[in-house]
Amino acid sequence: MGYAVQMKGITKSFPGVLANDGIDFAVEENEIHCLLGENGCGKSTLMNVLFGIHKQEAGEILIKDKKSTITNTKEAHDAGIGMVHQHFMLVNPMTALDNIMLGKEPIGLFLDRQVARREISAMIEKYGFQIDLDASVSELAVGIKQRMEIVKILYRGADIIIMDEPTAVLTPQEVQELFKILTGLKADGKTIIFITHKLEETMAISDRVTVLRGGKKVKTVVTAQSSEKELARYMVGYDVNFDLERPPVECGDILLEVRNVQLLPNARHSVSFEIRKGEILGIAGVDGNGQQELEEMIMGVRKAPKGGSIIVNGSDITGTTTKFRKAYGMGHIPSDRYKSAMVKDFSVRENYMLGFQDHADLNTYGFIKHKVLAAFSQAQIKKYNVVVSSDESSIGTLSGGNQQKVIISRELGHDPDVVIVAQPTRGLDIGAIEFVHSTLIDLRRQGKAVLLISVELTEIMTLSDRIAVLCGGEIMDSFENSRDVTREQLGLLMAGKAVGGSYGEE
Amino acid sequence: MEKNKTFGSIGAKLGDLGSSLFSIALALAMGAVIILFMGLNPLTAYAELWRGAFQNPTAIANTLSRATPLLLCGLSVAVARRAGLFNIGAEGQLHAGAIATILFMLAFPSLPRILLLPVGILIGMFAGAAWALIPGILKAKRGIHEVVVCIMCNYLIILFCAYLVNGPFLEPGSHVGQTTLIAEAGRLSNLFVPRSQLNTGFLIAIGVAVVVYIFLFKTSLGFKFRTVGSNPEAARAGGIIPEKISIGAMAFAGSIAALAGITEVLGKYYRFIDGFSPSFGFTGIAVAFLARSNPFGIILSALLFGTLDSGSLRMARVTGVSSDLIIVIQALVIFFVAIPNITKFFKLPKNVILARFDK
Repeated sequence: MGYAVQMKGITKSFPGVLANDGIDFAVEENEIHCLLGENGCGKSTLMNVLFGIHKQEAGEILIKDKKSTITNTKEAHDAGIGMVHQHFMLVNPMTALDNIMLGKEPIGLFLDRQVARREISAMIEKYGFQIDLDASVSELAVGIKQRMEIVKILYRGADIIIMDEPTAVLTPQEVQELFKILTGLKADGKTIIFITHKLEETMAISDRVTVLRGGKKVKTVVTAQSSEKELARYMVGYDVNFDLERPPVECGDILLEVRNVQLLPNARHSVSFEIRKGEILGIAGVDGNGQQELEEMIMGVRKAPKGGSIIVNGSDITGTTTKFRKAYGMGHIPSDRYKSAMVKDFSVRENYMLGFQDHADLNTYGFIKHKVLAAFSQAQIKKYNVVVSSDESSIGTLSGGNQQKVIISRELGHDPDVVIVAQPTRGLDIGAIEFVHSTLIDLRRQGKAVLLISVELTEIMTLSDRIAVLCGGEIMDSFENSRDVTREQLGLLMAGKAVGGSYGEE
Repeated sequence: MEKNKTFGSIGAKLGDLGSSLFSIALALAMGAVIILFMGLNPLTAYAELWRGAFQNPTAIANTLSRATPLLLCGLSVAVARRAGLFNIGAEGQLHAGAIATILFMLAFPSLPRILLLPVGILIGMFAGAAWALIPGILKAKRGIHEVVVCIMCNYLIILFCAYLVNGPFLEPGSHVGQTTLIAEAGRLSNLFVPRSQLNTGFLIAIGVAVVVYIFLFKTSLGFKFRTVGSNPEAARAGGIIPEKISIGAMAFAGSIAALAGITEVLGKYYRFIDGFSPSFGFTGIAVAFLARSNPFGIILSALLFGTLDSGSLRMARVTGVSSDLIIVIQALVIFFVAIPNITKFFKLPKNVILARFDK
């Protein structure tokens, strides 16, 4: 079998970073090939080079054994390459049909929608996509939008399809649907390059895998002859410990109680739950279903609507300020690290003060106690192994994992009783994820009450004592976490359904 | 790869100060080209400019005196800028301050100096702060952009002052809009050089720069200002209420801008004269911008603007280059500062620059 794409010795650098360092990457025709690696390993750069968005400094690209001369997206389409981006490139008020034909409109004297409709409908039928061509995009579910992107590319005649982290926005059921579609496309002779950092997906969908690390290619392997453990080792460069022990802890008194809090204005039911000492409550759910509201209402960043109350350590703190809550023993690791948890132009040291600027330890008569602050920041940096040359360098220069360490060590440095942890491993690499997870288990052992809000099911299932599933601002169900809980069950609840049927279909 | 690294670090090494100096040099060079086109000699023009600003103690004193209101307005803009606000209302606030101080001093001419001067100054600062509170509160409570409100407030107060000094408080018998002179006790003393315009207002301005620096970088309230200015959402998550900070920052900025007006009227004219400020408040924006809102940088950039200002008259008289040229140069400085990474842009070899345009 021939090669669909061959990239030889690709080198591409940006000021200060060598993003691709002599990478060889070959995709056989009619295979699903995963490009696996952590954030910043050079996956996207490599694909952008293939797509003509970046020009490589060294190396050559062959597409179907012909030397590639692609310099822009249109030429890529002409060469039969299409890319489904992580963020959809759709025009919301327009119909599905118009979106799909955008860029390749059949034009006579006027726009001839019928020609396009016939061709697109045939395509949709052939692959079993189930898209209503007359619906406007804003009404469609995420999974359907993604299918539209695929149809769009097929309509332009692509037979090499690049999928950039396609599962990040999907529920487990939608992921299954997507995999079915990809398998169908493969059966039809298409070649698929699947960019991801998730091991399970790689194992489930790919024929072969190429692993990148630090801008270099580590290895290309046949998936069936490899294992998650092996791939993880290629990805990070050392053996990863997947088996996190969650030793039994005796749960104590209720530390955090949320009672009748209305998360979204149009949710039918309000939300209530409680967390005990030494317990982790995991909130699962697809992003945008009230997670951020929950997090912010508990911390007082956003006002909770009338009728609800938040009780910490037995006292009602509903009307209090964020400042009061932080001083009252509530730690907060926000979901949006860059926006809410840190000031990126400030030094690491100053970021250690954020949220505690009025704390008596750090402040006398309004003046900052710089010596105490410096001692605190240096102690936390040491304790949590933050990799930074000096605590006076700006936090924006740190890696995501180290920034998260700073934030976690800041919040835990004031010994909170209740810790609100939202999307704590978003965008982090495996090493940092391991660290965050073991820190959370440690908090549990110390008898803290932890609320873990995460879209990563694995994270929820590994760490939580109890799980609640959030959908549309309501808790669909909550239960003890045990071996009987499956991803499928959680996935259905996340899609707002108690029984079968897939998301987005009527 | 290696090349790119080197170029990156040149920009980094130069830093903010470097790129500001670079922008000034570039603006002066452009000014020289303009003078050439006028058929005159830029070198003699700049030499006369320099002489006009520094040739003798009186010239130096006048240069410092011209820098004083620019320094205060620059600090006012910088304090607001640090808290994420654009104080384009310094011009109005300095009018509010000046008129309040003068009216107080005219009302109580017989108070002893020890009371008259400090209380008068405080009342003026209070007036400036109160005037700045209008945009501050509207921003915090209603989300109205401070720039719009500041501009409207400028018109209101400037015209109201004009009415006061042309109407009820017009000096009897005067043909220009001005109040009567205030008592000796309320005047700022001349500093160092007799018969120059330099007065203790300059020391006040330097003092304020130090206070602003300490405030911003050594106090927790200053930390809150800067946090809100850099990332209001992180501030809110950290228990800081950005709306409160907005109000406080405008009040603080207004009181500093007011000092610019107060030191002018108490140190130079001893009365309120209609139109006494040649847009100090607006030039202050440029001063703060050039210094990237760094309080000590603002001292330097105010001195630069003061130098251009005080030297331009001699340059015009001796060489015939219009003194308006310095406005062009000031504008060019700001123009070049506004271009991000301008130093890098000029250091990069041609092919790299072209490659950038390709993207």
